[in-house]
Amino acid sequence: MATATAGNRSWYKRNEIAATPWVFLIPGIFMFSLYVIYPIFQSFWISFHEWDGLGEKTWVGLANYERLLGGDRKFETSFWNNIRWLVLYLLAIPMGLFISLFLNQKVFGIRLYKSMFFFPFVISQVVVGLVFSWFYLPNDGLFDVLVGKIGIDISGGILGNPNTATYGIIAAGLWPQTAYCMILYLTGLNAVDPEQVEAARLDGAKGARMLWYIILPQLKPATFIAFVVTIIGALRSFDFIAVMTNGGPFGSTRVLSFYMFEESLSEFGFRMGYGAAIAVVLFFIMLGFIGYFLKSMYQDEKGAY
Amino acid sequence: MFPTPIAKTTLQWQITYQLLLPIVLAIWLLPLIAVAIFSIKPDADFTNGNYWGMPSSFEMMNNYGKVFFESDMPRYLLNSVFITVPTVIGAVLLSSMTGFALGVYRFKGNLLIFFVFIAGNFVPFQILMVPVRDLTLSLNLYDTKIGLVLFHIAFQTGFCTLFMRNFIRQLPFALIEAARVEGVSEWRIFVYVVLPLMKPALAALSVLVFTFIWNDYFWAIVLTQGPDSQPVTAGITSFNSQYRAAYHLMSAGSIIAALPPVVMFFLMQKHFIAGLTLGAVK
Repeated sequence: MATATAGNRSWYKRNEIAATPWVFLIPGIFMFSLYVIYPIFQSFWISFHEWDGLGEKTWVGLANYERLLGGDRKFETSFWNNIRWLVLYLLAIPMGLFISLFLNQKVFGIRLYKSMFFFPFVISQVVVGLVFSWFYLPNDGLFDVLVGKIGIDISGGILGNPNTATYGIIAAGLWPQTAYCMILYLTGLNAVDPEQVEAARLDGAKGARMLWYIILPQLKPATFIAFVVTIIGALRSFDFIAVMTNGGPFGSTRVLSFYMFEESLSEFGFRMGYGAAIAVVLFFIMLGFIGYFLKSMYQDEKGAY
Repeated sequence: MFPTPIAKTTLQWQITYQLLLPIVLAIWLLPLIAVAIFSIKPDADFTNGNYWGMPSSFEMMNNYGKVFFESDMPRYLLNSVFITVPTVIGAVLLSSMTGFALGVYRFKGNLLIFFVFIAGNFVPFQILMVPVRDLTLSLNLYDTKIGLVLFHIAFQTGFCTLFMRNFIRQLPFALIEAARVEGVSEWRIFVYVVLPLMKPALAALSVLVFTFIWNDYFWAIVLTQGPDSQPVTAGITSFNSQYRAAYHLMSAGSIIAALPPVVMFFLMQKHFIAGLTLGAVK
């Protein structure tokens, strides 16, 4: 019957199952290509130019990269700060695990406690940054008051001192990030197989050994996601720096994303080409991680497909 | 259950635990508690150096009133609403379609497209900054809410597609098969069979995208300027330069700016957490 009426039916009707996914994909693919995929390549292209964002682009080849990697002090500071962010931000994972273990109980009101602990993640980073910058105020800030009591005096306050400023900002960033990791682990702990735990308990496992050999292996998916979001968060860090120090004091808190922004849209003229080159370097740092994430996810998918 | 359920431990530890909970929470939220107290203090407390003590008088109505009636804050808040709500609708709509296409149909390139969406979502978005700003300028959308909304929709589609597609794959495929046997068109299957089953995913994504976009700062300062179109995250920084060192007003402003996602979170907690922890359990 289908062949008899095929002539009368539209092409779409005849190929419905093959054509539908593409019809559904077109708007999403169009937007995503226009605003995300294509701009990545454009940035590469722009990074080989000198460009003020308005006039003509001038081809300069690798000059931007030569300048960047050939002893740009601001770039070096930014790069090493990014490494600091990456390493220290990962502390959010064990800290989140620790809090989730503390909260994984069934007592009256525990649900409310869990949401209150998660609270910092919901607040915008701009506000968290502001709050911490008041917390760190020299002399009047609560932090200075408290460490002053035990005889520590950081000249200029945490954020005013080039040696401590970056660490102060990272600590502020760790607050919401730890909350995020905590919620991931709480969900993971909920799904831990109780029979395995009981069996291990009968075998005499408890405390740290139980955690290491029985619990953590089962929390692997949660750890993976915590790792992904923390790495991405560390490399994207911008809001905290912009709000808390604006890159200072003496440029000591710049990271690549901030430096890139500064160069591209600075008050001293727009250097889009140089900014794009910085973004490309950041992209390559990220690429190693992206590759690893995608590979892990792809292996899962292939198993399921 | 791990750690050992508290009910099975000694009475001593049970009491200690119950006492410990509020104390640890208070320490954890100390910065927020401080701001909340800041926001109801009178100006005089800060000039007198009474930063961290009790407020000498309660100026809650006064401070919040000033923020609401004597600053650009309401405009910024309204801008945020007009940026966030269309983005949520757009991103959820687009990604329910892409998620449906990638989750239900088997075709060549399916996994590849799926992974392009995921990968794009992982890139440090600074690499998009210069071209996206240029594109927005050339579309004549610089410093407009629409310009910001379009970018947000596009970028969020990456994460949302990942979410939707994985959700749809968990649905019973037999339902779709049955509808096809009945001769229901694919388009109607999407609207009448799949969409109703996706309500939890739609809710989760809506609150998540709402929070992400409301809290966005980077794109707000890249694509907009000034109180005509800037959202509240960007507004709060100019608000602060206007009231430099007026901590009581700055903290009242910050609390107002932070509040909508917080309310959203408490109203839709279950969905919010289900969305954020997607994939944390296999």
